[in-house]
Order: sequence, then structure tokens, then C-alpha cells
Amino acid sequence: MSKLTTFRIGGVHPDDAKLSRACAIEVLPLPQTVYISMAQHLGAPAKPVVAAGDKVKTGQVIAEPGGFISAYVHSSVSGTVKSIAPRADLAGRMVTHVEIAVEGDEWAEGIDLSDTLASEIPQDVPAMLECIKACGVVGLGGATFPTHVKLNPGPNAKAECLIINGAECEPYLTSDFRIMLERSREIIVGAAIMQKILGGCRCVVGIEENKPEAISAMEKACAELGYPDISVLPLKKKYPQGGEKQLIDAVLRRQVKSGRLPISEGAVVQNVATSLAVYEAVQKHKPLITNVLTITGDCIPVEKQHNYLFRIGMPLSYIAEYAGGVPEGAAKIVSGGPMMGKAIVNLDACTVKGSSSILYLSAAATRRGTESACIRCGRCAEACPMGLEPFLLRRLALAGDQEAGLEANAVQDCIECGCCLYSCPAQIPLLDIIRQSKAEVMSIMRARAAEAKAAAAASSK
Amino acid sequence: MRDVVIALMPAVIVSILVYGWRELMVLGVSVASCVVFEYLITRYLFKKESTTIGDLSAVVTGILLGMNLPFTSPWWIVCIGALFAIGVVKMSFGGLGQNVFNPAIAARVFLLISFPVAMTRWEAPQGVFALDAYSGPTPLGAIKEGLMNGSTVQDILGEGFSYTQMLFAGIGGSAGEVSAIALLLGFVYLLVRRVVRPHITLSIWLTVFVFSGIMWLCDPSRFTDPVFNLLTGGMILGSCFMATDYVTSPMSVKGGIIYGIGIGLLTMLIRYFGSYPEGMSFAILLMNITVPLLNRAFHQKKYGRA
Repeated sequence: MSKLTTFRIGGVHPDDAKLSRACAIEVLPLPQTVYISMAQHLGAPAKPVVAAGDKVKTGQVIAEPGGFISAYVHSSVSGTVKSIAPRADLAGRMVTHVEIAVEGDEWAEGIDLSDTLASEIPQDVPAMLECIKACGVVGLGGATFPTHVKLNPGPNAKAECLIINGAECEPYLTSDFRIMLERSREIIVGAAIMQKILGGCRCVVGIEENKPEAISAMEKACAELGYPDISVLPLKKKYPQGGEKQLIDAVLRRQVKSGRLPISEGAVVQNVATSLAVYEAVQKHKPLITNVLTITGDCIPVEKQHNYLFRIGMPLSYIAEYAGGVPEGAAKIVSGGPMMGKAIVNLDACTVKGSSSILYLSAAATRRGTESACIRCGRCAEACPMGLEPFLLRRLALAGDQEAGLEANAVQDCIECGCCLYSCPAQIPLLDIIRQSKAEVMSIMRARAAEAKAAAAASSK
Repeated sequence: MRDVVIALMPAVIVSILVYGWRELMVLGVSVASCVVFEYLITRYLFKKESTTIGDLSAVVTGILLGMNLPFTSPWWIVCIGALFAIGVVKMSFGGLGQNVFNPAIAARVFLLISFPVAMTRWEAPQGVFALDAYSGPTPLGAIKEGLMNGSTVQDILGEGFSYTQMLFAGIGGSAGEVSAIALLLGFVYLLVRRVVRPHITLSIWLTVFVFSGIMWLCDPSRFTDPVFNLLTGGMILGSCFMATDYVTSPMSVKGGIIYGIGIGLLTMLIRYFGSYPEGMSFAILLMNITVPLLNRAFHQKKYGRA
């Protein structure tokens, strides 16, 4: 095997445990009620434009962007709006949800529900961006950043490479893998659309080597569609290959400067699922109301694992019940992968645009050993893909040395990937303390920036 | 730590076979007193509920200290060494992970300076199998003494030190010097288990080889050859097991290489020009001091920051 492309700093090699890779995507039946969150994207929550008692159709706008960085939210079902009220999300935070009682499945006008592939790329860039915005497309790789904002970097920025992220480096998760197999051509069309929007830069689809079927399916789709300058790039299996900054380093051999955006290095990264959503938005006028999630884990047999096409607003408990209930051995339920996913404290929470999994982990898989003394072995520093020194950050955090210590040692660059925690032989909860101090340092930095801005404004008067 | 204990077992077994029950006693007293001192200090001086003896670091220190002492050492000297290693070098800095010096090495040097006679009385191996072995001082000791008496290196080595003896077993010295092969076996185990990385050890070896090679080529009657220097004394034990101690070695690869070069150079300078026949422990101890500086000088390359 030849040397595959990969990022240059750090990384770890957890068992990829893609147990549900052979499970084809199944469509979940509709529940009786859905609860659609107004905060399922990065940025300001959306503002509801419906009221209790309103009849809505599938795909109809129910909320408008609440700011520049925000997104439209659509009804994922047809029926009657029951209430607009706060409801606990995954982590138990109260967020406004629109409750809709499901009646049939009548779609709003103008949405093309056919399966025919629309491979002709429109030429009107502003109209396409408008379409992506109107369909509420957000980044589905984890951050849920509004896609129309990311695809419109402004007149001074020039995109040189669009990177389609099919790395799916988190263990267990297989939803991106399945769409790359089953919707490969749509993903490539979506990529070509974004390429057009970004002014015709080149496009690379990065896929980790542990998904050879996805690599060949995507290569085949590329060859069939014949768009210029789109290619598939197999990547080494190494976590966090799919981290935005790591992927840019792997593909372009460039590193985004601290505090800057990928576009500063000419890169735009979009997940494969986002590419699919862009295709559906632009070519089919279908808003982002569905996505694929994986039901998996080390404590459920493979025949009980699934990749489901879900609609946003479905209660997780409904999906879990449909899949056969919460397994006996589950000690922890996680949304997302085992490395970066968040524990689900509330199974009554509902799916959002960015939902990627319900991961059942056994006590053995989530066990945290007894913490012992740091012996300065340096494994955490070797593993950190941002080149930070977690052992040092921890010591500085314990000493409360925020600006001179933590900030000077770049705690704010931490991407919270968990490599340090994973690699520590002394079982020290490095990420826990670093995440906390990162939040503190970033709020200090923001306060300082605000102060500087105020001072500048005062002096210019 | 368990892996380190396992890795040291071949050398421990060979040394017991070669030196017999007195070696077993030295190792036993060393391990037991290290563990007991650590227990007593954490329990009654630090007043902690749980002790740290479970992490096996005291056991490792005990084995390493035992292997650094002559098998003829009286038990009380071993105990004093253990108290110094655990009490002064390790626990007074705050315990595992906080110490500046390698406890076993520091204790060996402490004993060597405090009890020079007992610490340099190397008797002939008298193993359980009564191996046919060289009797007398260590090769390095013989060289130092012979050179002072005006003999040449060739004359002294002609008296019966063979590389095969050094590789397997049978030269005079402490347990840690007895068999290079047994120690290397343990080191390979540590490498395979990815407990240690090889860069520090290799940079020590390369430095010793190159430096002694140049000197030897200049004057083979005054300076010993590179292979001799790699196989004798505490070279293998020190470079594989003590210089690679996480706590007291640099964290970065670059720092580790500089650290290794420093150990190699200092060892050879002491061997060739110093008043002690062997310089490995002094070299490691001296380079331990530079570790905080090396850690400060060489950081991980950060992403997106020049």
C-alpha cells in the first residue's frame, strides 16, 4: 500500500468499530407528534412564524433566521401546530420547540419528490445561494454552521479548494458511509453546485481508507458525471482525519492560522451530508428536514443496528423504541461518536438537522479508570492534532494561570477531539479540564476584544 | 510500570543465577524497603488515605537500585539507598511524576560517594550453577587501575575480558552489568509494547560509539574501543532503563536526542578522563538537571502557528 495522505500533527488510532456499515438506509415511519427545535444550527435561534392551531405542510417554513448567522427551519411533517414552547434538548437545556401533531404526509408545493437525478448545474449563483438559504441548509459534519454563509465568503476571499468531507473518522458512525454508497451521484452533483457557487475552484472528496466501498462508489459517480476538477482522495485512517483543520492540512498541506477561518487559506470544507442537502435544496427545492442517523454501539447485536433516514423533530425515544428499545447493557447513550459525541441525558429530546447517531456504549467501553499521577510521558502532546501540550494546559489550569499561561499556550486552539484523554496512560481526564479552561480563556479574550473595540470607538469620537 | 517490571525480569533472573542468593537478597531488600518507605511516607508523612504503592513505581525503583549495587552489599546499605531514593529523591519533591532526578540513579551515586569501599567491592560471580567466570574487578575498573599503573588497554584486556562474556554473563560487576543480552531483551519488550521510544537510547549509543571510536583510533593503547564501551558498566542498563525514565527525561524527541548525546559524552569523558572508572550514573544525573530546560526549549510544533 502506498503512503496515504494524512494530517501532519498528532492523531490517534482508535478501533473504528463500524459495526453498522452493512445496514442499508431505512426510512423511519412518522411518529404521532414531532417537536422541532428552533436552535438546530450555529448562531441565533430561528423565530417561529407559525402559531398554535396553524395547519402546516411537510417542507413549509415554520421559522425564520433570527440573525445573520442563523437558518430557516421547516416543518418535517404535515399536520397541526399544537404549541410553541420550551422543551429540553439532548443536554437538558430548554429550547423553544414547535410541536406538530402529524396528519398524513402532504408536502408543500414546489418540492420535487422524484428520484431522477438532476445533474445539470444551474448558472445563477445568487439564486442558488438563495435556494440553499431558503431550504435551511446547515453544515452536517457537526458544527451546523449555516451553509449559505460559508459558501459566500465575501469579495475579498478567494476559495481555491472545496473539500468534501467524507472522512467519517469517529468510530461507530456509518451514516456518511451509507449516503456515500447509496447517494453518491447526488453528493457529487451537490459538490459541483458548491464548486460553481465558489467560482469554479477545484474540489476534492476526502474519504478514509477504511471505507473502500465508499471510495469506489464516489470515484464511479465522479467518472459518470464527468464534472471538471472533482476528484476523490483516499485518506489514511487516523482520528481526527475529518476535523476541518486536519482535513485542510491533509489535502492542501496548509494550516489555518489560529483564530482564522479556513477560507483564509483558500479552503472551504463541507460534509458529504451537507453536499447531499445542497443537491436537494438547489435541484429539488427540498428543504433540510431529513438526515441519516446510525443506531449502533458495542452492546447491541449487529442485526439490531440501523442506519435510519429520519425527519427532524422525531423524539429520540421514539426512534429507540422503533429500533427495539434501549439495550440492557447500555451504560451510556451518546449522540455523535464516542470521541466527540455528547452524552444524551434526555431521551425525550428530538432529532435535529445535525443528528448523527444514537450510540449505546457498554460500561466497559465508557469506563474511566482510576486517575494516577502524570509521569510526563508526553503521549498527550504527541497525540494532540493541534500540537498543544495537554499535560501543561492541565497544570496551568490547576494553577489558575489563565492569560499568561493557558492563553500563551494556545488553549483556545483546542478542537476538543479527545485525543489527549484517549492517549493518557494515567487516565487523567485531560479534556474535561481543558475544555473548561478553554471556555474561560475565550470569554476573557472576547471581553478584551470588546473592550478594545469600545476604546477605539471612544477615541475616534 | 508493570511492563517495566516484566522487562527487567530476564536480567534479574540471569543475575540471580550468576551471583546466587546474595543477589536475590540485595534485590529483595531493595524492593521491599522501597515499597515500605513509600507506604510509610504517603501514609504517615503525607497523611493520605490511599497510598501510591499500587502504581508499582516503587517496585521499579527497588529493582533498578538493587541492580545497581554489588551483590556483596550489606543489607543496611541497601536500606539506606532505598530511603534516599524514595524519601529524598522522589517523595520530597511530591512523589511520582514530580521528581527531578531518577531515584535509583541518585541513590546509587549517593551510596557510591558515602560508602566507596563497599560499593566498589566486586567479587567474582559465584552463581548457583557455579559458572566458569572471570574473577576480579569490573572491566572498567581494571582499565582505570591498569592505565594508572602504566599498562596499555590491549595488555589489560588481554588478561581475559571477552565480548561474549560481556554479552551473556560472567563479568564482574553489579547485577545490572552482568548480561547485556538479558537487558536488551527486556528493552526490546518495552519497545514492542510501545512503553518507551528508542530515540534517547539510540542517541546515547551513537554518541558513545562515535566519540570512543574517534579516541580509540587516535590512541588504542590509552582509549578503549567503542564495542567495549557499549557493553561494559552501566551502559546498557542506564541507556535502556534509566535514561528513558519518562519523569526525568525530556518530553520532545529533539530534547531527548540532545539529552542522549549529553549522557553519552559525559559518560565517555568520565570514563576516559575522570577519577571514577564508570560515569553512566553521573552522566544521567547531570543530564536530569537539564530536562526542565530542554522541555522549555523544545515544544511540540503547534498547528497553524509559526
